[in-house]
Amino acid sequence: MDFPEELKYTEDHEWVLVENDVVTVGITNFAQDQLGDIVFVELPEVGDMLEEGKTFGVVESVKAVSDVYAPVAGEVVEVNEVLPDEPEALNNSPYEAGWMIKIKLADPAVLDGLMNVTAYKEFVEKD
Amino acid sequence: MKITPLNQIHRQLGARMVDFGGWDMPVQYSGVIAEHMAVRTTAGLFDVSHMGEIEVSGAQAFEFLQYATTNDLANLTDGQVQYTALCYETGGVVDDLTLYRFAADRYLLCVNASNSDKDFAWLQDLQKNTDFNDLTLINRSDEYAQLALQGPVAANILAKLTSTDLSAIKFYRFKEGMVAGIKTIISRTGYTGEDGFELYCAAADGAALWQELMKVGESLGLLPIGLGARDTLRLEKAYALYGHEITAEIMPIEARLAWITKLKKGNFVGRDAMLKAKQAGLSRKLIALTLTTSGVPRDGYPVLSGGRQVGYVTSGTMSPSLRKGIALALVETAVAESDEPLQIGIRKRQVLAERTALPFVK
Repeated sequence: MDFPEELKYTEDHEWVLVENDVVTVGITNFAQDQLGDIVFVELPEVGDMLEEGKTFGVVESVKAVSDVYAPVAGEVVEVNEVLPDEPEALNNSPYEAGWMIKIKLADPAVLDGLMNVTAYKEFVEKD
Repeated sequence: MKITPLNQIHRQLGARMVDFGGWDMPVQYSGVIAEHMAVRTTAGLFDVSHMGEIEVSGAQAFEFLQYATTNDLANLTDGQVQYTALCYETGGVVDDLTLYRFAADRYLLCVNASNSDKDFAWLQDLQKNTDFNDLTLINRSDEYAQLALQGPVAANILAKLTSTDLSAIKFYRFKEGMVAGIKTIISRTGYTGEDGFELYCAAADGAALWQELMKVGESLGLLPIGLGARDTLRLEKAYALYGHEITAEIMPIEARLAWITKLKKGNFVGRDAMLKAKQAGLSRKLIALTLTTSGVPRDGYPVLSGGRQVGYVTSGTMSPSLRKGIALALVETAVAESDEPLQIGIRKRQVLAERTALPFVK
């Protein structure tokens, strides 16, 4: 299964792309595969302040509702406006077209708590 | 966990398996939406061997079933199937089922998997507490495998494997015949709203029947279908599911099942309670709702009118055919029959839901 090396990962199966003090967040290929056909996405609004570990959105497959958790604290500076109309992008392109939100980091140090690709692969295999 | 005779096949196909009422069952193979659309456009094959089969035979079988079930068996003929229900004295539902008439004194009841032990015990108790003595009840659930072959080309696929004249088997009729050399009950029934068959064979033959059907069906677009799509397919057609639209606390006449509840056929279990409830006026009614904006209704979500909860969703999903959220909901009768706008509460949102004529998908 495909997990890009340049990304960081969480135990909730989100990926994080770090670019200076802004991070892009989405769900991993593993997460979308587990969920199955995704039919609905709920995202926060630009300007919302997120707390680390708290729910920032909802992803629904035909069968199930899943919360998505903020991997880091910070302000939402951009959301993927296309996703609510094309939730299947989360299945088809989890790392590109399926990105969910961009967060301006409150504290760059928190990134140290995220997994690199090797650690995440091990985590997925144990899961 | 219990397994069907096809468990190994599902695993080989890479199905995602789930615990379904104590059964290890496939919820999806290629994906719920792709599987759903295959059944609507070509054909799908379901393992429904978890369903229970109870044989009722004897000189008093007819009389007993007429008393135990809600529908009227009087006009049934050999080779006919009937959708019906078992009720408690309260009018609540023990289970819904299909009843097969093999002869005036021999019937097979196909019941829900997770209810089969309960149903069998219920029928045994009913026999004990009544005067129906010339009657034999046998739980044959473990003896049968059952496959559902459903979709517009289902008959084309089945015809390749049987010399039985399928055109002679009308909707809700069955015949016993050979399919791929396997002794099978060929029933023109299903839970998808498409043309198709439910095929019963000996448990030991189930895997072979599946493989033969897949082999001849693949070129016609036949896909294996899991329980995920089974649910979206039935819900688009507004078919009731036990535990959702009908439960021990919901009477069939509240759940749009008056057509299988023949209050005038004579006495049957639950009839008095239903007559009384009908006389007093039913307090709630099952309605169909379609969301006007994006969102997925789920069972248990509240139905609101003017900010007040007036009912709840019994089943909800994203309809793969309509690409809209659809729901069946049990709501107060007065509200159901009014044209007050209704909303479904989805987390913090209240989403406008339009009353919809049934079925959702014609």
